[in-house]
Amino acid sequence: MPVALADPCLPQPYRVERRRRELAGTVTLELAPLAGACPAFAPGQFNMLYAFGVGEAAISLSGDPASRATFVHTVRHVGAVSGALAGLEPGATVGVRGPFGRGWPLAAAEGADVLVVAGGLGLAPLRPAIYAILARRERYGRVVILVGSRSPAEILYRRELERWRQRSDLEVRVTVDHADAGWRGHVGVVPALIPRADFDPQDTLALVCGPEVMMRFAANALLAAGIKAGRIHLSLERNMKCAIGLCGHCQFGPSFVCKDGPVMGLERIAEILAVPEI
Amino acid sequence: MEGIEEILGRHPFFAGFAAEHGRLVAGCARNQRFAAGEYLFREGDPADAFFLVRHGRVALELVEPGRPPVVFATLGEGEIVGASWLLPPYRWRFAARAVELTRAIGIDAACLRGKCEADHHLGYEMMKRFLPILVERLQATRLQILDVYGKR
Repeated sequence: MPVALADPCLPQPYRVERRRRELAGTVTLELAPLAGACPAFAPGQFNMLYAFGVGEAAISLSGDPASRATFVHTVRHVGAVSGALAGLEPGATVGVRGPFGRGWPLAAAEGADVLVVAGGLGLAPLRPAIYAILARRERYGRVVILVGSRSPAEILYRRELERWRQRSDLEVRVTVDHADAGWRGHVGVVPALIPRADFDPQDTLALVCGPEVMMRFAANALLAAGIKAGRIHLSLERNMKCAIGLCGHCQFGPSFVCKDGPVMGLERIAEILAVPEI
Repeated sequence: MEGIEEILGRHPFFAGFAAEHGRLVAGCARNQRFAAGEYLFREGDPADAFFLVRHGRVALELVEPGRPPVVFATLGEGEIVGASWLLPPYRWRFAARAVELTRAIGIDAACLRGKCEADHHLGYEMMKRFLPILVERLQATRLQILDVYGKR
C-alpha cells in the first residue's frame, strides 16, 4: 500500500486518546493526529512510535484498518522505550512515523481458507487482518483462528476472542502453555492445535505471528499438515530503526525486515529462519 | 450397535492397521466412561492401561505438595492418553483427569504387552504408532519449557 508521507523520517505529533490495560505490563493506546486523519494502513504494517526524550520503537498496528480516526497500538513493557510508551496516559503526545512495511497478503487469501496462528502478543499484528477478513467475510472460505498464550491470565484480547468464538463463521481455538485445574480450555502449545483445525491444506493461506521459535514450530506443523511454504506467511521482528530500508539495522539475509517485511513468505525465508547469525 | 473392533478401526491411531492386528487389540479393549472431574489414573499408579479418547477432554496434571495441580496438556477426541504402559516400571508419571464427560476405549496394557511379545509384527505396528506421538509431545514440551511468551 503506498504511503503518502512528506518526510518518512519526521515524526508527526499524535495525542493519546485512550489507554486500556490489556495484561500486566501490556496496554493498548489509541492515538489521534493533532491535525487531520490517520494515513491508511494495511493489516500487518507497523508504525515507529517515539516516546519523546526516550526513543523510538517499531510497534505493529493492531486496530481496524477501516478506521481513520485513530491508530491503535498494543504495547508491552519490555524495555526503556516500550516502557515509556506503555506508561503514556490519555492527553500525552507521542511521535508517529508510518505506516511502514509489507502487510499480510489478504488478496491472495480470497476464495481460500484462512488459518491464523497467533502466539502471545503476536495476536496484535494479526488483529487488523482478522477485522479486514470479517468485514468481507463472504470473500473467504473457512476462517480458523488459533491462539496460544502462556497462561489463562495472559490471553490477549480475551473478550474479543470470546465474541469471535460465538460466531458460526469462525473457528476459534485458544490454548495455554500451563494452567491450573480451574481452566476448562485447551492446554498445550499452539502448533499442536494445527492438526485439529478444520481447513483444506490445498487451499489455505496461513498467517503466523508470535515469538520466532513458536513461528518455526508452527511453520513445521503447517508444512506437515500439507500447506505449501508459498502459502505460509510470518511476521518477523528485528531491530527496526529507520523503517525505510536505509540504515540496515533490520537486515535479514538479503532483505530488510522494515521494507521487505515485516510479513514475509516462508518460501523466501525458510533457509535462513533458523540461522542464529541472521 | 457398533463393536469395539469397528470403533478401533475408525480411530485415527489405528489407521492402516491390519484386520488381524485390530482383532488382537480389540481383545484387550473395553469402552470406558469418565465423568467430569473423575481421574483416569493418578501419578504413581500402575500403568495398566492406555486410552483412546472418543469424546471429551482429558487434562494431564502434576501435583506439587501444598499447591493446586498444574495442567501441562489436554487431550481430546482422536488422541491417546498414556505411554507409561510401554516401559518398565509401568507406573504413571502424571495424573489424567476428565475435564468433561469423556468416553474412551481403554486398552489393557498387560494383555496387549503379552500379545506384542507373542507377535512382534503387532508390537512393531504399535511402536510405529506410538513413536510419532512421543516425538510430537517431546517437541511440544521443548517449546513449553522455552517459555517463549515470557519477557526476554
